[in-house]
Amino acid sequence: MLELRDLRKSFGGFTAVGGVSLTVAPREIVAIIGPNGAGKSTLFNLVTGHIKPDSGTVRFRERDITGLAPHSICRMGLGRSFQRINIFPRLTVFQNVQAAIIAHRGHGHRLWGRSADLFRRETMALLAAIGLEDRADAVSGELSYGAQKQIELGIALASEPALLLLDEPTAGMSATETRDAIALIGRIVRERGLSLLFTEHDMEVVFSIAERIGVLHQGRLIAEGPPLEVRANADVRRVYLGGHA
Amino acid sequence: MKPLPLVLWAAGLAALAAVPWLGSRFYTFIATDIVILALFATSLNLLLGYTGLVSFGHAAYFGIGAYTCAILMKTHGVPFPLALAAAPLLAGAAAAVFGFFCVRLTRIYFAMLTLAFAQIVWGICFKWNAVTGGEQGISGVPYPDLGWMSALPLVGSLRVGEQYYLVVLVVVAACLAVLKVIVDSPFGRMLTVIRENAERAEFVGIDVRRYELAAFVIAGAFAGVAGALFAIFNRGVFPDFAYWSKSAEVLIMTILGGMGQFWGPAVGAAALVLLNQQITAYTQYWPFVLGVILIVLLFAFPGGIVGTLVAAGRRLKGASRA
Amino acid sequence: MFDPSFLFGQFVSGLSTAMFLFLIASGLSLIFGVLRVLNFAHGSFYMLGAYLAWQLVQWLGPRTESFWLAVLGAALIVAALGAVIERALLRHLYGREELYQLLFTYAVVLVLADVARYTWGTQQLTVPRPPSLDGAVNVLGATVPLYTLFIMALGPLIAVGFWLLLERTGIGRTIRAAALDREMLSALGVNTSWLYTGMFALGSFFAGLGGALVTPVRSLVPGMDVEIIVEAFIVVVIGGLGSFWGTFLGALIFGQVLAFGIVLFPRFSVFAAFVLMAAVLIVRPWGLLGRPLDR
Repeated sequence: MLELRDLRKSFGGFTAVGGVSLTVAPREIVAIIGPNGAGKSTLFNLVTGHIKPDSGTVRFRERDITGLAPHSICRMGLGRSFQRINIFPRLTVFQNVQAAIIAHRGHGHRLWGRSADLFRRETMALLAAIGLEDRADAVSGELSYGAQKQIELGIALASEPALLLLDEPTAGMSATETRDAIALIGRIVRERGLSLLFTEHDMEVVFSIAERIGVLHQGRLIAEGPPLEVRANADVRRVYLGGHA
Repeated sequence: MKPLPLVLWAAGLAALAAVPWLGSRFYTFIATDIVILALFATSLNLLLGYTGLVSFGHAAYFGIGAYTCAILMKTHGVPFPLALAAAPLLAGAAAAVFGFFCVRLTRIYFAMLTLAFAQIVWGICFKWNAVTGGEQGISGVPYPDLGWMSALPLVGSLRVGEQYYLVVLVVVAACLAVLKVIVDSPFGRMLTVIRENAERAEFVGIDVRRYELAAFVIAGAFAGVAGALFAIFNRGVFPDFAYWSKSAEVLIMTILGGMGQFWGPAVGAAALVLLNQQITAYTQYWPFVLGVILIVLLFAFPGGIVGTLVAAGRRLKGASRA
Repeated sequence: MFDPSFLFGQFVSGLSTAMFLFLIASGLSLIFGVLRVLNFAHGSFYMLGAYLAWQLVQWLGPRTESFWLAVLGAALIVAALGAVIERALLRHLYGREELYQLLFTYAVVLVLADVARYTWGTQQLTVPRPPSLDGAVNVLGATVPLYTLFIMALGPLIAVGFWLLLERTGIGRTIRAAALDREMLSALGVNTSWLYTGMFALGSFFAGLGGALVTPVRSLVPGMDVEIIVEAFIVVVIGGLGSFWGTFLGALIFGQVLAFGIVLFPRFSVFAAFVLMAAVLIVRPWGLLGRPLDR
């Protein structure tokens, strides 16, 4: 599904990503962990076209997408959520998700017809799937952090991606919220047969759903494999102080 | 905000149409000015309020539309309908060329490039004596041939200036209707989304630059129509139609009325024209008054006239329910 | 037309214009660099500096020192005005969208233009050159006024002085830090609120100083505020918004463009400046020495 080959990116003299190679198979759940500053967000930005890599390639569904514009990559079936809240604050929850569906279905260019009720059924169905259908008309910027994170997920799912990239999906959440969020994500991913690549800080989260884990440290993958293997890895234990080992 | 019922629209239009019979020639004059500027300001709002793009050079397209109409009608004797159709085409084409470069920039750089382009247009109008009449502009732009109106029952008895007002009203109403359809459409929704979060819009599959350029061209085209109508109303065109102060004027109108509402700019245009009339009758220091109004607006009423009214209305509704 | 002494004369004129543009544009660039506000009223402060200098010369009488006192006085008054405007009004708009700040500075332009019109009327005013700098010298065949040489010397002096301030003093470090990361700075306990006021006042001081210094060379007319802000913008765009040496370089380039543009392309001088600005914005928006602005 997704294949990263020797991706590199430096800013000035600082190497953010120094030769990362990784694959994600269809329907697979892979987690990238690593301390702050390890390069996780930069790696995501390289994959989704926000930044161009200095060298290396990104292949998605057999196609080379290295350095393509974000909107093109999204249209190919890659969905993404952001670490910080990145929604459309003055629009309602409904409008947030509806807009993504309108864009995905290619109706964005239509200058005629009212947009207010377009794809209502599909939007409400998606809202129901992520548990926000009762707050559809609330202004998204006024909702709680957790709810906004759910909207983030909804927007990413609206593009009907085959691969979902989630950047720290449970950042800033309490223990209960985290459990719920992960359960939701896990269920949706399995129901829709999606591949999932996500970054995380919380070890419990990672070990609960990841099928494979990659450990990023100073821009390099120092370990990669099934959870138990990674947990036992001496390098990982040395580098990754804290968390649950 | 729930869409206003069609009845209110029709009533408003009828009220405006009745002005030539209700008031003196002066009222018709003011009303023509307001209606044309309402279109100009609403076209800017497609960029400002709906897409989040701040243009300091929107007057360029107003000027291009005005000069196109004037040159075609005065110098080449082209009939009004053709000249009116040509104005948005040329203005839109210019917007496409300028916009292509502008949308590759963001925020302050975007604004400054729009300003630079507008001043270039002004400079061309100012210097190209042969075509644009240079500093003197083009005067004596003729009224369109409205002879056919004299045959109509009510309208036949009106003076040509008032007949022209009715033509302006019909054209502007049609343009505003088209703009309303556009902002309510899926395309309009994409623009709002870009305004709210352009980065996220990219990651949802929207080619932001292309949409911004489309908005830029549409806004420019409608500004061109307003310019063409104004050229005739003013009986002449002058380089300062494209000057940055005109861009500032239309920007202020839009914000004064409220850039968050469709009718905000139109209300702002009316407010500014009427204020100008009233104040310049008493003092020559209109810029001072305008500056003070603007400051008060920015601090106390950021939503503009319509925005403040809507917010107050919501509060009242909330209070009455409680 | 290509007589060497004429060309040299134009070149010198271009340098002098450049230095004085640099003075004004650096104030604009400073305010943008630290406060992230593009101050349209900067040209109005320049205009006020000129009018106030004229006024002070009227009051102080035709003594030799009165010109210099007037210049300093005018610049200080303008700086104080800037501080008041920033503190009382502009400050409250920092959290809002950029558009509101820009419109505010534009409103100030409108207000100050009419205040000047009301106080000093619309006819042209002139200020005589200070007696110590009256006269001219012959350099390479061109007659160069002493006052022009003075401005040419003053420019680099101020540039170096200001650069030393930025690079070698504590205050300078604080200014540079504020330009890079305001939140961090206030987290470190620096009173950013007064820093901003101070920066705005300093930038306005430069504008007022420039306006006052130019009075013997350019006459005071309505519209000088608009003319100068446009020129300052272009200089800052060419050099790069927020870049100190960029402003210096931009001023040098634009000074020569103005000096030779009028000679070579008299028909196009009116908007040649804007063509240049558009070209820079299209090809390299962050100017020669600026930093690319993030989205």
